[in-house]
Amino acid sequence: MPVSSVPKYPGGPGAAPPAASALARRGFLARNPSVLWFLGLLAALCLTITALSPALDLDMVSTSFIKTLGKTLCLCLAALAMDVVWGYAGILSLGHMAFFALGGYMIGQWLMYARTEEIVLAALASDPIPPTAAEIAQGVASQIFGVVGSSEMPLIWTFADSLPLQLALVVLVPGTLALVFGWLAFRSRVTGVYLSILTQAMTLALSLFLFQNDSGLRGNNGLSGLQNLPGLSATGQDAVSLAFFLVSAAALGLTYLLLAWAISGKFGSVLRAIRDDEARVRFLGYPVEGYKLFVFTGTAILCGLAGALYYPQAGIINPAELAPIASIYLAVWVAIGGRGRLYGAVIGAAVVSLLSSWFTGGRAPSLPLGFASLDWVDWWLVLLGLCFVAVTLFAPKGIGGLFDRWQGRRSPDRKGAPLGPDDGALQEREASE
Amino acid sequence: MSALLEVSGVSVSFDGFRAINNLSFSIGPAELRAVIGPNGAGKTTFMDIVTGKTRPDEGSVTWGERSISLLKLSEAAIARVGVGRKFQRPTVFEDQTVAENLVLALKSKRGPVAALLYALSAQGRDRVLELAQEVGLADHLPRKAGELSHGQKQWLEIAMLLAQEPRLLLVDEPAAGMTLAEREHTTAMLVEMARTRAVVVVEHDMDFVRRLNCKVTVLHEGSVLAEGTLDHVTRDPAVIEVYLGRG
Amino acid sequence: MLRALCLALTLVLGLTLPARSQSGSEPLAAVVARHAEAIAKPSRQTIGPVIDALAASGDPMTAAFLQAWEAKHLGQRKSDGAFFLLTPDPAGFALTALDGTPAGTAAKADIAELKPNAGVRGLISTALVQFTLSDPDPATRTAALDSIAKDPTAESLAPLRAAIDGEPDPALKARKIRLERLLTLQFDPDHAARIAAIDGFGSDLGLDVRAALSPLVATRRLAATAAPAGANIARELRLGRDLTRTEAYDLLTAAGLAPERLSLEDQRAALAAHIVAGRTGGIPLAELADQDARDRAYSALEASGTVPPAATADEVAAALAAHRFYDVYSEPDAAVTAAAAAALDRIGLKVGAMQAADLGLDALSLASIYFLAAIGLAITFGVMGVINMAHGEFITLGAYTGYVVQLFVPDLTLSILIALPLAFAVTFAAGVAMERLVIRHLYKRPLETLLATFGISIAIQQVLKNIFGTQARPLTAPAWLDGALSVNDVVSISTIRVAIFGLAVLFLGFFIWLMRRTRLGLEVRAVTQNPAMAASMGINPDRINMLTFGIGSGIAGIAGVAIGLFAKVTSDLGSDYIVQSFMTVVVGGVGSIWGTLAGASMIGALQKVIEFLNPSNTLAAQTYMILFIILFIQVRPRGIIALRGRAAGD
Repeated sequence: MPVSSVPKYPGGPGAAPPAASALARRGFLARNPSVLWFLGLLAALCLTITALSPALDLDMVSTSFIKTLGKTLCLCLAALAMDVVWGYAGILSLGHMAFFALGGYMIGQWLMYARTEEIVLAALASDPIPPTAAEIAQGVASQIFGVVGSSEMPLIWTFADSLPLQLALVVLVPGTLALVFGWLAFRSRVTGVYLSILTQAMTLALSLFLFQNDSGLRGNNGLSGLQNLPGLSATGQDAVSLAFFLVSAAALGLTYLLLAWAISGKFGSVLRAIRDDEARVRFLGYPVEGYKLFVFTGTAILCGLAGALYYPQAGIINPAELAPIASIYLAVWVAIGGRGRLYGAVIGAAVVSLLSSWFTGGRAPSLPLGFASLDWVDWWLVLLGLCFVAVTLFAPKGIGGLFDRWQGRRSPDRKGAPLGPDDGALQEREASE
Repeated sequence: MSALLEVSGVSVSFDGFRAINNLSFSIGPAELRAVIGPNGAGKTTFMDIVTGKTRPDEGSVTWGERSISLLKLSEAAIARVGVGRKFQRPTVFEDQTVAENLVLALKSKRGPVAALLYALSAQGRDRVLELAQEVGLADHLPRKAGELSHGQKQWLEIAMLLAQEPRLLLVDEPAAGMTLAEREHTTAMLVEMARTRAVVVVEHDMDFVRRLNCKVTVLHEGSVLAEGTLDHVTRDPAVIEVYLGRG
Repeated sequence: MLRALCLALTLVLGLTLPARSQSGSEPLAAVVARHAEAIAKPSRQTIGPVIDALAASGDPMTAAFLQAWEAKHLGQRKSDGAFFLLTPDPAGFALTALDGTPAGTAAKADIAELKPNAGVRGLISTALVQFTLSDPDPATRTAALDSIAKDPTAESLAPLRAAIDGEPDPALKARKIRLERLLTLQFDPDHAARIAAIDGFGSDLGLDVRAALSPLVATRRLAATAAPAGANIARELRLGRDLTRTEAYDLLTAAGLAPERLSLEDQRAALAAHIVAGRTGGIPLAELADQDARDRAYSALEASGTVPPAATADEVAAALAAHRFYDVYSEPDAAVTAAAAAALDRIGLKVGAMQAADLGLDALSLASIYFLAAIGLAITFGVMGVINMAHGEFITLGAYTGYVVQLFVPDLTLSILIALPLAFAVTFAAGVAMERLVIRHLYKRPLETLLATFGISIAIQQVLKNIFGTQARPLTAPAWLDGALSVNDVVSISTIRVAIFGLAVLFLGFFIWLMRRTRLGLEVRAVTQNPAMAASMGINPDRINMLTFGIGSGIAGIAGVAIGLFAKVTSDLGSDYIVQSFMTVVVGGVGSIWGTLAGASMIGALQKVIEFLNPSNTLAAQTYMILFIILFIQVRPRGIIALRGRAAGD
C-alpha cells in the first residue's frame, strides 16, 4: 500500500514515514500536543482569575465565583479519574464520588477538629486555671458531637488533631476501600453492568452508613464550617479561596500531566485493550485483574484527593454528597465531554457543572412559552436528562467528538458499537459460552 | 524427548454433558501436531482447558521440564509460562494501531507498574518491524487495526503470537477464510515455527492438514480416538466410521 | 355464694359485718337515717363502717345513692334533714327520694349539698366497684373491668371475686376470671394462692400477664456491709463484672455510706476559688494544665483545711471492699418471685418462638415488596439484558397514577381497582415509548443503556416533581385493607401486606403463565436465545422486544400502586427501590424468575433478621445487607439460581 494513502498518524502533524513514525521515540509532549494546550489554557485561566480577584484589589470577579471555579476544577479532577477508569479501562464505576466524598470527610475531620479546638481554647482562655489536655478534648468532642447527642470522640477521630496523618488518610481510606472492594469484585470476574450495579450498591451502603448518627461522622449533619481554615481566621475568604483555586488548578494540571503520560504509553494501550477485549489480553499474559485493581484504586485515590480539595471550598460535607446519584453524575459529565480522551472529561465536568449551578442558582432567565413560563430551576434537570439521552444516542463521543471533526479525524465505522471487540470475537464468545 | 505439555485423564462436563471424557494428550517441545474431529468432539474445550479458561473436573495438565501443574495457574499466568493461543476469528485490538498491537504482544514484563514504566527498546523496535515485515504489514504499522481487512487481521494476530514468543502455540482453524496463496504461506510459517516450539493446529480442512505433514490426533466425543500420521488415522476404521465416513 | 361475698368483703375491709340474708335486707332509707349525721359530715377516718353498712343494705337504690354521693349530687333538705338525689333543674334541683320515686323540686337555698372530700369519695368509689361489676348493663360491667385492668389495686380483688358467679355473659365471665387471676397473683395475701395463680397462666402470651408478672421480679440495687436480713435477694453483684466500680461507688454515696468523690469540675472550681497571688495550693496556675499538678494542689488545700476532704482513690477502694452489693426484689416473698421468674422465662421462650414467626411474616412481606419491585426488572434486565435505571421512576409513575385516580374516584376500593390496570397501561406505554425511542438503538451497548436510561430517570423524576411538588401525596388504602391480622399479642401482620403478598404470588403465576403457556412467551424465549434464528423463523424481534419491555414496565407500574399504598408517594419513591431491585435480580440469578423469587426472599429475610438484631438502626441494617450481598456475589457470581445457556423463564 502506498504511503500516501495511509491516514495521518494521530500523534500530530508532520509525522515521519509511517513505519518509522509509529515506533519513533519522540518526546511525550510532542506526541501529545493536547497536554500543552491544556496546561497553557489552565495557566491562562489562573493568571486571569488571580489578576481580577478581590485579593488583588481589582475586584472584577467575586469571591463566590472564584470558589465556584475552584470547586469546578476539583470536579474536573474527579472526572479525569473517572475517564481513566471508565473511558480507558472500561470499568463504569458508580462509586468514584464516594471516594471523592471520603477524601472530603478525611480532610474535614482535621479542619473541623482544629477549628473547634481553636474555639474551645479561646473559650477556656478566660478561665484562671489553664485547661488540661483531657478538658480540651472533652470540650472539642462535646462541641462537635453535641448535635448527635454525644460528647465522646469516636475512635475514627483518633488522628483528627494531626494534619499530616489526616492527609495520609485522604489517600489511605479511599485507596483501601477501593483496593478491598476492587479485589473482591475483580477476583470473581464481575464485569460490565454487574460491576456498575455492585459499585452503586457499595456507594449506597456507604452513604446509608454515614447517615447514621453513630457512624462517628455526625450523621446527616455531616461536617461543617470547613471553609474556616484553622490558624488563618485573620486571613480573608477572598485570599483563601484564591489560594484554593490556584492549588486546585495546580493539582488538576499535575494530574492531567501524570495521567496523560500514563495512558500514552504501553500502560494505556493495555487498559484500552482490556476495555475492548479483556479475554484476549489475558491470553497475552497480562494480569487483567491486577491492571483493573491498579486503575480502580489509583483513580479512587485521585478522587479522594480531589474531594480533599473540594470540600474546604464547599464548606460543608454530608452523606448526601455520596449518594449513588452523585457518582452517576460524574459518569454523565465524562460521557457528555467525551470519554476516552482526558480533555473531554475536563470539558464535560466543567461545562455541565457550571451550567448546572447557573441554571439551578436561579440566575438563568425564565423561558416564556406563551401559556406558561419555563422556570429553569425546575426544568434544568429535565433538560439535562434529555441532553444526556441525546448525547448517548447521537454523539457517543460527546463534546470531544467535535475536536475530531475539526481535525478531520475519523475512526473506523464500528457499526454502532464504537468501542468493543470485533464482531467476530463476539460471535466466537457467544459460540463458546 | 520429554513432553512439553502432558494432559492426562482430563474430564469436564457442563450441566451433565461430558464435553471432555478422560482425555490424554502430550506434545514435545518442538513438534507440530494437528487435532481433528467432528463438531462437538471437544476441540475447543480442549484448548480452553490448556489455556486455563475452563477448569477440568478431574485429571492433570502438566507443563515443561519441571512439570508445573497448569491447573493452578490463571489464564494470564499460563500465557506467561509460554502458551499462546490463536482464535478462529481474528481478535486484535481494533481501536489501536498495528504497531501498538504488536508492542502489546511483545515479550516483556506484564505487570501494571512495568507497563507504566515501559519504554520500547531498540531491539524491541527492530523485532516489531521484523514481525510486521514477515506478515506483510510493515506499511500498515500506524493504521488502526480495525481498518485492516479480515486476512490482514489474521496475519496481525499471527504476528502478535510470534511476538509473544510462546513455547506452545494453539492455533484454531488458521486456514479459515484465507486465499490459496495465504494458506501456503501459513503452512510454511507453521512448519517453520514448529522447528523451535510446539504447535497444535486444530483444523477441519483435510487438505490443509495433509499439507502440514505431521502427526494427527483425532478427537471424538471428548476423548482421543486415534493418533498417528494422517495416512495411519485415515485408515483407522473407527475414524472412518465417526468422522471421515460422514463426509 | 353469699358467704364468699361476705368473706371477701371482710378480708378487704377488715371488719366483720353481720351476715344477712337477701330477704332480710333493710331499706336504704332506714340505713341512711341511722347514719344521717355521719353521712352529712363524713370524715375519712369514720365513714368506713357507714359506707359498709350502706353497701350491705341490699336495697337496689344503693348503687344510685352511692354514685350520687360520690358525684356530689346528694343533698339534705334543710327543713327536715331528709336525703335526696339531686338533678339540676331550672327551679333549683329536681329531687329523687331514696326509694327511687321523684319528690318534686326544691330551690337551691332549701337544700344543703353534700360535698364529701376526696378521701371519702375514694372509699365510696371502692365500695361502688362491686355494684358496677354486677350492674345489669353489660357496658357498665365492661367499663368497670376496663378500669380495674388499667389500674389494678388490691381493693378491687374482693369485689371482683364476688362478681364472678353472678355474671350471665360468658365472655365477660371469662374476662372476670382472668382478671381475678391477674389480681390474685399480684395482691392476694396468701402466697400459695399467688403462686397457684402464676403457675395457672403457664406460658400465656398475653401482654396483661407479662405486665402483671414483671413488677413481681423488679429489683433495686442495694449496698450493705452484710446480706440484708429478710430481704428477697435476687443476686449478689460482683464488682467489675456485674457493675463497674464507679457505679458501685455511686451507689454507696447515694445511700450515704461513703463521702462523694470529687468530680473534676468541682476540683477545678475549688482550685479556682482559692487562688492566692497566682498560685493555688502553692502551685503556680500555669502548671495546672496537668491533672497530677491539680491533684497535688487540691491535696495541699485539703491539708490546710480550706477545702472539704474528698475521697481519695484508697478510700474509695476501702469503701468498696467493705461493702457488698445486691439486687433485691421489691416483692418480699421469695417463692412468688421464683414462680414469677420461672413463668416469665416460660413466656419468654414462647414469645421468642412467636417473634421468630412474626419475623418470618415480616420478612415474607418485605420479600413480596422486593419481588414486586424487581419482577419488572427480572423481565427487562433478566430476560432482555437491558439495564433500565428508569425502572424506579416507572414504579413512581404507577404510584402517582393511583393518586390521580383517587382525586377523581372517591370510592377507595373502586379507585384501587381502576388504578391497577391504569397504572399498567400508563407505564406500559412509557416503557414501549422508551424502548422504541432510545433502548433499541443501544442493544449492543449495555453500559450506555444504563446511562441513557439514567438520563430518562432524572428527567421523569424532575417532571413528576414539577407536577406534583416535593411533598408526599396520599394514596389511601380502602378500609378493608387497613386492619391487621393478629394471631396473638406477638404475631400480627397488616392486611395490606397480606394483599401485597397475594399480588406477588399472582404476578409470579402470571409471569410463569406468560413465559410458558403463551405464544408471546415462546417468542420471547426464542428471541432471547438466538435473535437471528428467531427472526429467520418469522418472529419479529422488534415487536417482541417492545412488548417484553412494555410488560416489564407495566408490572413496575402495578408494583408502584401497591408500594404507594403503604409508603409515601413522592417523586423519589421508586429510586429508593432501584438498587435493592437490581440486587434482588443479581443475587437471585439473572434470567430466572425463580432466582428473582429466591433473591427477594433472601434479601427480605436478611434485612429483617439484621433489623431484629439491631432494632434501633434500620440504616445500619441496609448497610450490612448490601455488604453481605457484595460478599455473596463473591461466592456465587451468577446468583443463587445460575443459568448456563438455558432459556429464561424456565
